[in-house]
Amino acid sequence: MTEKRFFDEMGGGKKPRAPYRHIAEWLETAPQETLTAKRREAEALYRRHGITFGAYGAVDGNETTIPFDLIPRVLTQKEWQFLERGLIQRVRALNAFLYDAYHTREICRAGKVPEAQVLLNDQFVGLAQGLDLPGRVHAHIAGIDLVREGEDEFYVLEDNARTPSGVSYMLENREVMMRLFPDLFQRHAVLPVGRYTEELLNTLRSVSFNDAREPCVVLLTPGQFNSAYFEHAFLADEMGIELVEGSDLFVDENRIYMRTPRGPQRVDVIYRRIDDAFLDPLSFSADSMLGVPGLVGAVRSAQVNVVNALGNGIADDKSTYVYVPEMIDFYLGEKPILKNVPTWCCDKPDDLKYVLDHLPELVVKETHGSGGKGMLVGPTASKAEIEEFRALLKSRPQHYIAQPTLALSTCPTLVDSGVAPRHVDLRPFVLTGRETVVMPGGLCRVALKEGSLVVNSSQGGGTKDTWVLGA
Amino acid sequence: MLSSTARHLYWMARYIQRAENTARMLEATNRMALLSGSDREWRSVPSIYGLGDAFAQRHAKPTMDDLLHFMTLDSANPSSVLNCMRVARNNARDERNNLTTDVWESLNATWLELRGMTVGPAHGFDYRALIDWIKKQAVMVTGAGYSTLLRDDAFNFVMLGAYIERADNTARILDVKYHILLPSGERVGGSLDYYQWAEVLSCIGAYRTYRRVYSSKIEPWRVAELMILRHDLPRSLRFCLLQIDDNLNQLAELYGARGEANRLAGKLHSRLRYARIDSIFQDGLHEFLTDFIQRNAKLSAEIGRQFLMD
Repeated sequence: MTEKRFFDEMGGGKKPRAPYRHIAEWLETAPQETLTAKRREAEALYRRHGITFGAYGAVDGNETTIPFDLIPRVLTQKEWQFLERGLIQRVRALNAFLYDAYHTREICRAGKVPEAQVLLNDQFVGLAQGLDLPGRVHAHIAGIDLVREGEDEFYVLEDNARTPSGVSYMLENREVMMRLFPDLFQRHAVLPVGRYTEELLNTLRSVSFNDAREPCVVLLTPGQFNSAYFEHAFLADEMGIELVEGSDLFVDENRIYMRTPRGPQRVDVIYRRIDDAFLDPLSFSADSMLGVPGLVGAVRSAQVNVVNALGNGIADDKSTYVYVPEMIDFYLGEKPILKNVPTWCCDKPDDLKYVLDHLPELVVKETHGSGGKGMLVGPTASKAEIEEFRALLKSRPQHYIAQPTLALSTCPTLVDSGVAPRHVDLRPFVLTGRETVVMPGGLCRVALKEGSLVVNSSQGGGTKDTWVLGA
Repeated sequence: MLSSTARHLYWMARYIQRAENTARMLEATNRMALLSGSDREWRSVPSIYGLGDAFAQRHAKPTMDDLLHFMTLDSANPSSVLNCMRVARNNARDERNNLTTDVWESLNATWLELRGMTVGPAHGFDYRALIDWIKKQAVMVTGAGYSTLLRDDAFNFVMLGAYIERADNTARILDVKYHILLPSGERVGGSLDYYQWAEVLSCIGAYRTYRRVYSSKIEPWRVAELMILRHDLPRSLRFCLLQIDDNLNQLAELYGARGEANRLAGKLHSRLRYARIDSIFQDGLHEFLTDFIQRNAKLSAEIGRQFLMD
């Protein structure tokens, strides 16, 4: 592997970059013991708030908190304004694509996206065809994963348009930071993110099919055994809406009701945190106990809106990703503001040949894989692993894409040996109802292992607060 | 509020109440056994709970400690205090959003500590201290609810669960006397009989109350009157029904509809308001209590059907 120099958010060993001026000062003057003590305090706060990954509230020892790092990631207002424009543009295009893909598929007729890419996609939901949703919005809540390689080099790594999670960490990380380091906030004008839940509720209320009535919004969870249950309960609580499971809802004549002691109550909008496949046993997996029989029928007869919409998987899988710049051009007539990572689609013979010739330097991903599964990281893989993937690529090329190994930027992080650079990414959350808004910041994930480029919490990743400076 | 929320809160309250009353019953039984020096009293306890066969299967030659273990820490007994607290805690966990931290934390801590007590039915374990502790914890959780929960319809369901269970338990405790036969040679009204009635009173914490109300020696019919008909004793049947009736009326007002549960509760409450103790004794105390337990169970089922989607 060739020696790569990574872009450091704080500036590496040199003079600190401007937005990190005060942070660098603080790190220089604060003794290690103080930082360690503050870290313990943060952990205690997380436990007390019950912010856990795994079984919610099960103080059984099998729950863990995702490690939280005290040193924030800082973005200037200028950097953020650029990202924000790019995110809004991208999500507008994804929404236009989803509407089009489930209607006349103009983009396919124009020859920009192959029709097979839509129709033969495993994530395509036939029952979503012809759905006319309020505002033509399909991806109401999108999480766009960004990485950085240099001062002005931001890339979109992945779009999440189904049920992106992690926003509760963005909110709680800020709460904890404000509590632990009030003096740091006095020296920085950090733009607030706390309005997220209010904006989310506004977004959900604005996409009810029925304008005449005060909309009743609920959050549908698979239940307390889901690893993101804490987030579901947290968001429902913050918005003051009911947290429901499938058995709390029923459908009568295509209308959806929740069971309450005063009798059935009409529901207008369902913020679901359940995958398509489990949403309605009459339409998808017949053995699912999590969903609501008849729910899809209710959506199709415009009696209830489901957020995010059905079948969004066709817009955010890794093989569709390469077409997003085309979408931006086709639907908006604009140039993409945010860059894609160069990607080889292995179903194209030329791309496949390149990939097979360069396996040791590439990252190969399954188009429908997630969470770091079904993935080859060339530079760190053994010969045997590479040969295994070579065989897989030859037999089922259409299931794989490949990308260069990215030099993710690093950010100073508190580890056992002191403060050291660790690789980071950023997931901002984009809300679309009547308009599209982004909270200034997002979930910053950090790979805590030295040299690791994998930030997933399931693989030992942690989180950081992300600061967007107002001035 | 969801029906499932109401259901979880209702059952949480029922199981906390049941755990407390089981501890009270065991305390009294234990004292009765000490006073009489025989095993007559405690042997009847499992059958009062409908657990006679289960207990016999588990212990061929049971001792008092076997019984105490079976009713408190035995995970194989679905009605043990351990299992009551487990079910109460799991119901509460589903509704953490609808409970205060005080209620959740005291209940969760109680469950965690109980679960940690992995004693076998070995001799020498201090079950008396355990019983005291259970009572204390249950009072603490219930008190946390009284002093911190918002008085909305969710609270009505907590109250309904607590009083339905308490009414059932008080009736069963009073019925203990029916199950404990006096040894031959002992006469009704004799000293052993006297102590047994006194222990029934202390089960519901009403021994002193009896003295204050009647300032007389302990008479069976007065004990029964106190436990069934007093309107101001928090564990009497009438008091429980007054609370149930009140809470159902509040719900009816809030929801703008009265249902079968309101009718059943009103009827049962009236029977207790206008009953006289001498006619209850004339028809048979045991028969009266059996009938009451059945009606109370029917009322609970109706509450389940009407509000909780049971």
